[in-house]
This record gives sequence, C-alpha cells and structure tokens, in this order.
Amino acid sequence: MFESSLKQLGNALAARQISSVELTQLYLDRIAKLNPQLNAYITLNPELSLAQAKAADERLAAGNATALTGIPIAQKDIFCAKGWLTTCGSKMLHNFVSPYDAHVISQFNNAGAINLGKTNMDEFAMGSSNETSHYGAVRNPWDTQRVPGGSSGGTAAAVAARLCAAATGTDTGGSIRQPAALCGISGLKPTYGVCSRYGMIAFASSLDQAGPMGRSAEDLALMMNVMAGFDERDSTSLPRETENYARDLGKPLAGLRIGLPKEFFAEGLGGDVAQAVEAAIAEYQKLGATVVEISLPNTRLSIPVYYVLAPAEASSNLSRFDGVRYGYRAPEYSDLADMYEKSRAQGFGAEVKRRIMIGTYVLSHGYYDAYYIQAQKIRRLIAQDFDEAFKQCDVIMGPTSPSTAFKLGEKGDDPVQMYLSDIYTIAVNLAGLPGMSIPCGFGANNMPVGLQIIGNYFDEARMLNVAHQYQLATDWHSRAPQGL
Amino acid sequence: MSLTTDDVTKVAQLARLAMSEQEIATAQSQLNAIFGLIAEMQAVDTTGIAPMSHAQDVVQRLREDVVTETNQRDAFQAIAPQVEQGLFLVPKVIE
Repeated sequence: MFESSLKQLGNALAARQISSVELTQLYLDRIAKLNPQLNAYITLNPELSLAQAKAADERLAAGNATALTGIPIAQKDIFCAKGWLTTCGSKMLHNFVSPYDAHVISQFNNAGAINLGKTNMDEFAMGSSNETSHYGAVRNPWDTQRVPGGSSGGTAAAVAARLCAAATGTDTGGSIRQPAALCGISGLKPTYGVCSRYGMIAFASSLDQAGPMGRSAEDLALMMNVMAGFDERDSTSLPRETENYARDLGKPLAGLRIGLPKEFFAEGLGGDVAQAVEAAIAEYQKLGATVVEISLPNTRLSIPVYYVLAPAEASSNLSRFDGVRYGYRAPEYSDLADMYEKSRAQGFGAEVKRRIMIGTYVLSHGYYDAYYIQAQKIRRLIAQDFDEAFKQCDVIMGPTSPSTAFKLGEKGDDPVQMYLSDIYTIAVNLAGLPGMSIPCGFGANNMPVGLQIIGNYFDEARMLNVAHQYQLATDWHSRAPQGL
Repeated sequence: MSLTTDDVTKVAQLARLAMSEQEIATAQSQLNAIFGLIAEMQAVDTTGIAPMSHAQDVVQRLREDVVTETNQRDAFQAIAPQVEQGLFLVPKVIE
C-alpha cells in the first residue's frame, strides 16, 4: 500500500478495498514507528486526521469523491491550517494554533484529502539543509547521518520514507527542488502566481511559491490539479483558466528540444552528479529528444541578487512578529521596545536573524539604490537570459544541486558555503519560471541525484509530461531507501 | 566595503533584535562574508535596465469597497500573548 501511486490509492478507495480511516491509520502507525529516526513531522494530530478520514469515507460512499478524496497528504508547516499548530519551524510560532486555513489547505480540504500532519522545515523556510528548524534537524532516509536538504526537508524525507502518499512544499530559492533531489523524490515549483500564497507564512513574497512533492510526476499532476488556481486573497495570484495538469502526461517526446546551459555544467558541479545527469540526458535522446547547448550568462549573479532581494523582503515580512498579537513573547522586559527586541531575539534562530539583518541593512537609508534597486535590475537581466534561451529549446535541463546530500553539521558554521549550493535553483525563482526535480540516479555514497527541468512560463503540463515519460522508461523514482 | 561594529549595532536596533557584544561580533564577521559575496553585483552595468519587482507584469487588482471580513476577534485573541477585555495588552508607552 505504501508503494501505491495516488491514482492506485484512489482506485482502491473507490473500490472499497480499503477505507480512508484504515489507510490513514496505516500511515499514522508507520509514522509512529519511523518518525523518531527522521524527525520529518513537527505536528501530528491523529484525531483531526481521522475525523477527516471518516468524512472522506462518507463522501466516497455517497459517490461524490474527487481524485484525492480519502488520501493522506502531509502539509509543510508553513501552511496555516485551522486548529493545527503551525510553527513554520520557529520558536516564534511555538504556540500558534492557526485560526484559519491557507488557500492551499482549503483546496485539499475541499477535495476531501486527509491532512496527515505538518512537516518539519528550516525556520521560516530559510535554509538548504533543514538544520535551522527550532524542532531539530530532519534526517535523510537514505542515510540518517545526512541532511534531507531544505527548506522543505521534512516533506522530502516523509515522501521518501513513505510516511505520506504525497505532500506540499514551498520554494523561494530551491526549497522544493533541492530537498526533492537530495531525498530521491519528485517536486515541482510552479510558475510564480499559479498557487495562492494566502495563509502561507511569508518569507520573500515576490519569490515564494507553493508546489507539490511526491514519488512521481503523475502524482504531482494530480496534486497540481488541487493546488493551482486563482485566489483573490493573494494580490499576485494569476487569474487563469482551470487546467488539467495530467492532460499531456502520455504524449511522446519525439522532437522535444532540451537546452543545456553551459554554466550549469561548469566548475563546482560534482563529478558524480554530472555523470547521473548526463546519463539522464542520454536517456532523453533515446526517447526522441534533441539537445542544444544554451547559455544563461548571468547565472553566477543570481546568488548575490537573491541574497539581497530575499532578505530584504524577509526583513519586512518578519517585522510582524513582535510578541503582541500572536506567537512568542519574552517572559521579562522593561518597556515596549525592550519587549520587541527580547521577544524577537529569543523567538528567532540564528539564520533568520542573520537574514533579517542583511535585509534591514540593504533597505536602510543610503543603501537602497546600491543594493535593492541594483539587484532588481540584474533580476531582469537574469529573466531575459531565460527568454533568450527558450527561443532555442522547449525545456532546460541540468543538475538541481551541485552535490548529493551532505552530512549534518558539515556546512553549519559557514552561511556563505550554504548559500553557494543554491546556484542552479535560484535563478528560476528570480525569473518566476516553473522548475522541477526528478530522481535520475545515485552518486557518491549511494545518495540520490536530482535532474532539474526548467520550463517556460505556465508550461507545467509539458514539464510533467517530460518527467513522466522518463519515469516510464526508468525506475529511479520508484527506488525506496532501505534499512529504516 | 566592510561593516563596523557600530554599523551592526545600528542594524540590530533597526531590526529590533536584542544582541550581546559577542553576538554583534559574530554577526559582523558573518555579514561581512555575505556582503563579500554580494559585492560581485556592484560591477554590473545596469544602465537603462528597469528594476524587476516580480515575474509577471500585473497591476494591483481593485475590488468593490465593501466589508469582506467578518469579526473573529475572539478566535484571534485566543492565541494572543496577553489580552484583557478584548484588548491586546502591551507595556505602557505613554506616562
């Protein structure tokens, strides 16, 4: 049952081979057994999950089920869910039981999916290893001495260890794709504006985007059908026709033009990762695709641009955490300013404080033009690189991350080293393009390697097609970690 | 460019983060390393390039000027650090 696709689970539920209550309980039992080793979940609430499962069974019996009715889905702890503790990985929100649902959560609720639990994450989604969580690091199911990636590391570990059928993530600079790569699963960051940000705790609002993480492209398509859609409560949500993201899964790939950015295969890329990615490209050529070398000349600049824009937006967004209306308040203080300063100093972790300070500095008087405006100008140059590239190809492919999963603590003391590992993912966020990662083999120490697929705006259905055809021809996506 | 101890202290104050001298010193060296990374950006000629605030060139939507939110004061105050008679309590600001 734990190896079943979402479609197979849906069929089993429809045929009454298993009830949603039984399925949810199976997952809860597996989580109880394995989560202590992995720390993939921050919060479980079996009572709420099973109540949803009971309602889903009634809906299935009444014959008005959707594709995901009764299926247990884990939610990244960045999504507010009514009645659920929603911490965003921070001490600041250690006691925040959300009074409302994020749009994405209500979409899953409307579809009759089961909220199986809230997954661990880097604090406020700031991190690439899941080590910044106040609730402890998540461990990679392929090797528990290694990180799962971040910031959606709990989700990636939960999917890889079969502790949920599928799950949600968010991606501001690679936070869906990089952990998907490091844990050997599939993940999709949609075009900016496709999934509503309402009720998704804000990090960098012009970059944040929710998306699905799961074991196959086919599963991601079914998840996208629930998650995507216009929402007037998100000011940058895009009004678009409803799409069936599974519509093109079966199309053959003959004639597909794949662009390979030479900057993605240059110095800094691990040899084991390069080998697995090149083998995947060769497989695509067997499937009828052609390959063209392209250039994204400003790739290197995406790191400095991102580490100006994201902290700037974060410093503004996180000013709401002041110990007044919700969240952590310091136990002792002398006056209002002292209460703010102590509540924030005690409630935020080191990485979050670091980024708030970078952001505060670059937005401060006298530096705004030199940093923030300059970064926004280069952001346009980066987006233009992709516009040019897509004149020559249909999708862009390359590695998701320069290396496979590293050991816990290995990069902990050096933020710059950690930031540099985002090199292949962040330009996609800056341009607002859709990007995904799918498993394409194993590198050093037998750790999974991810293949990144970047599409043009709103080309998610084609990307899912491209990923699905590869997954029909290979079996990397169905490999599961052993020995848990 | 290099941030001084005074610069970092000022930034911590602006960001409303209480920090010890030791924390300021650590932050100073880490921020300087990060700004070393960011400095690469300054050499780029961006004359005539318009800043890009986000990916889709969309304009702010307008809506009818009507009440859309219902009163949920009790639900919101149930999770507040300190409330009294429907009010959020903070330390006294006016003597």
